[in-house]
Amino acid sequence: MGDTVDALSSKRTVFVTVGTTCFDALVKAVDTLEVKRELSRRGYTHLLIQMGRGTYVPTTSPGEDGSVAVEYFHFSSSIADHLREASLVISHAGSGSIFETLRLAKPLIVVVNEDLMDNHQSELAEELAERKHLYCARPQTLTQIIAGLDVESLLPYHPGDATPVAKLINHFLGLPDD
Amino acid sequence: MEQINQSCFYLMSFLAIIAIRALFVLYLTGKPRRNKSPQPLSTLVVLGSGGHTAEMMNLLSVLQTDRFTPRFYIAAATDNMSLQKARVFEDSLVEKKGIKGVSAQFTQIYRSREVGQSYVTSVWTTLLSTAHALWLMIRIRPQVVICNGPGTCFPLCVIAFLFKIMGIRWSSIFYVESIARVRRLSLSGLLLYKLHMADQFFVQWPQLQRKYPRAHYVGCLM
Repeated sequence: MGDTVDALSSKRTVFVTVGTTCFDALVKAVDTLEVKRELSRRGYTHLLIQMGRGTYVPTTSPGEDGSVAVEYFHFSSSIADHLREASLVISHAGSGSIFETLRLAKPLIVVVNEDLMDNHQSELAEELAERKHLYCARPQTLTQIIAGLDVESLLPYHPGDATPVAKLINHFLGLPDD
Repeated sequence: MEQINQSCFYLMSFLAIIAIRALFVLYLTGKPRRNKSPQPLSTLVVLGSGGHTAEMMNLLSVLQTDRFTPRFYIAAATDNMSLQKARVFEDSLVEKKGIKGVSAQFTQIYRSREVGQSYVTSVWTTLLSTAHALWLMIRIRPQVVICNGPGTCFPLCVIAFLFKIMGIRWSSIFYVESIARVRRLSLSGLLLYKLHMADQFFVQWPQLQRKYPRAHYVGCLM
């Protein structure tokens, strides 16, 4: 019994999510020996990959030999649960995934997909990285970012709200505020 | 000869009237309305995928929805999630306020450009989506248009603007640039800003407001 509790409490999962996109470069990057070794060195025990519409299938591993256990799936309706259970999230740069993770106050590495045509997504990740809410990486720099990870240095994100917009709209239409 | 001259004259007068009317509409764009009778306003909400919709739902949850009634939600035909989220939102309103008979409608529209689609094929898909948009707008004729950035909203805003010029329906167009846009506006945002079509233009990052001074900086919606 004590053993199971121990095993549960020492389970530290890295959740990788690409959302509804196809982002093989990220799945490939986390599937490399370097990244897995680095994650294991940092004390992570499990790697769960949500690969979306991608075609590159990562190699699964039970993780018995002290390396990280690797599992993957394509889509799930319970992404929120996976995020909640994770100790570290590695995500694509979609604003939905980013803010969902930040609201759960999980350490986050955002990996920018450089293959997208009009790549505005890096803007948000870079801005939030500058404000120390998350780390921003490219598929090829992921290993270095994990190696230099300092979870304690990240600042909590305080969600904004839309009241200023509602006020301006009301004012414009000549409607009272309340 | 005289006949040609005469038709030329009529054509020129017609064009002049349209031009004057367009200038008049442009002049009034961005000027606050004086609302004499507080009747509810029919509202078109243009939804985008994923993050866009989450932002829009945050906005709708702080708007006094009884003033913006009935609400018409439009999302891309390839996107089922967004309308689903809007339905959940509308259902929560019904529960909270106990309003019977949902005052909301949900419609899908052909998208002008998918993420990653090339600009060349975008021309044709944009034409198709414009025709569809026109048909939907003739049916809806909203008094308020709220959108936050997907390509789907541009044709709809142009049509709303043309309706103003033609005197079919006067509407107020509100555009909220997505939180994902930190340094540059989206294509839809840029066009609506440059063409002076939006009555109010909101951005979520101060850098963008400095670059586009007519925009209102409102902070992050997420």
